[in-house]
Amino acid sequence: MELSPVQRSLELAEPFVTTKLDKVLGWGRKYSIFNYPFVTACCGMEYMSAACSRYDMDRFGAGLPRFSPRQSDVLLVVGTITHKMAPVLKQVYDQMCEPKWVVAFGACTISGGPYNNYAVLQGIDQIIPVDIYIPGCPPHAEVVMDGLIKLQAKIQHQKHEV
Amino acid sequence: MSGTRTERTFQATGSWAGPELVERICERFESAVLGQSEAFGEREVTVRREIWPTLARWLKEDEGFEYLLDLTAVDYLGLRPVRFEVVAHFYSLSGNRRLRVCVPLQEERAELPTLTGLWKAADWYEREIWDLYGIRFAGHPDLRRLLLYDEFKGHPLRKDYKMKARQPLIGPGTMGGAASQSREDEADV
Ligand code: SF4
Repeated sequence: MELSPVQRSLELAEPFVTTKLDKVLGWGRKYSIFNYPFVTACCGMEYMSAACSRYDMDRFGAGLPRFSPRQSDVLLVVGTITHKMAPVLKQVYDQMCEPKWVVAFGACTISGGPYNNYAVLQGIDQIIPVDIYIPGCPPHAEVVMDGLIKLQAKIQHQKHEV
Repeated sequence: MSGTRTERTFQATGSWAGPELVERICERFESAVLGQSEAFGEREVTVRREIWPTLARWLKEDEGFEYLLDLTAVDYLGLRPVRFEVVAHFYSLSGNRRLRVCVPLQEERAELPTLTGLWKAADWYEREIWDLYGIRFAGHPDLRRLLLYDEFKGHPLRKDYKMKARQPLIGPGTMGGAASQSREDEADV
């Protein structure tokens, strides 16, 4: 039987693909997010809903929360951060190994949210760098998924030190 | 039908002490009772600071108010001649009765004897009041701030605490940073 040009090329093709090391690392890292949920307030409920089976963050390879900053690469800051809590958050961030990313989950972590008073930090970006802001009070699980996909795109396309 | 149900719910959740209790308080403490009122079925007595622990002990031991429901404070700056008022809610589990007791306090003598000897629960309530209003409780075993950090200056629920005053521990505006001077000016009350 006569082979089509495509079939012939497939038969001939060696079992490999060409890419760049940087790209493979990015591809691997974006699907193996180990998140550290720094949950302090009501947004935690929406985080749980996003993480559990109904919305299932595991579909994006982010299904394994680690409760040690040394084992995680994405810091999910979920909920109100007070001035009293701020040094703790900074220390958790400092304990994480590179490469690491930070997600500001909910209005409180972005800007203090509904609380502009003596007690609440007006946005975690005052003390640590933030990669993705997920707005909402609390953000709907679909918005969380959207944020996660945007974070994956960011991880995929950034430069990875080898 | 629904009307009866509402009434029953109200009775189940909110039984307040009757006027006879206030009469007994007036009889016993006489001139130390500054006033009494009743609004929405809730009974309230205002008393002088001098009888505070005695009244609380009497309510607990002789009148069956075994439960200290709540202890808090109010700052009436500019609204009343006496600036602070400490407000306590007592509850009698056996009699299903509540009573609110208010104690006005001058700013210069913002201090009351502690209730920790009568109720362990008073411990954190009193620390919270000290933390947020700066009212001291004499005889409290460990009167430290409860909610805020030790470095915090002033008492933020006092009405003269500057609304925009911020005292971050780290980050911009921190003590020692460029903004520290203005921060302290604003924060000191
Ligand atoms: S953003 Fe809204 S829901 Fe989230 S922690 Fe703040 S107040 Fe709660």
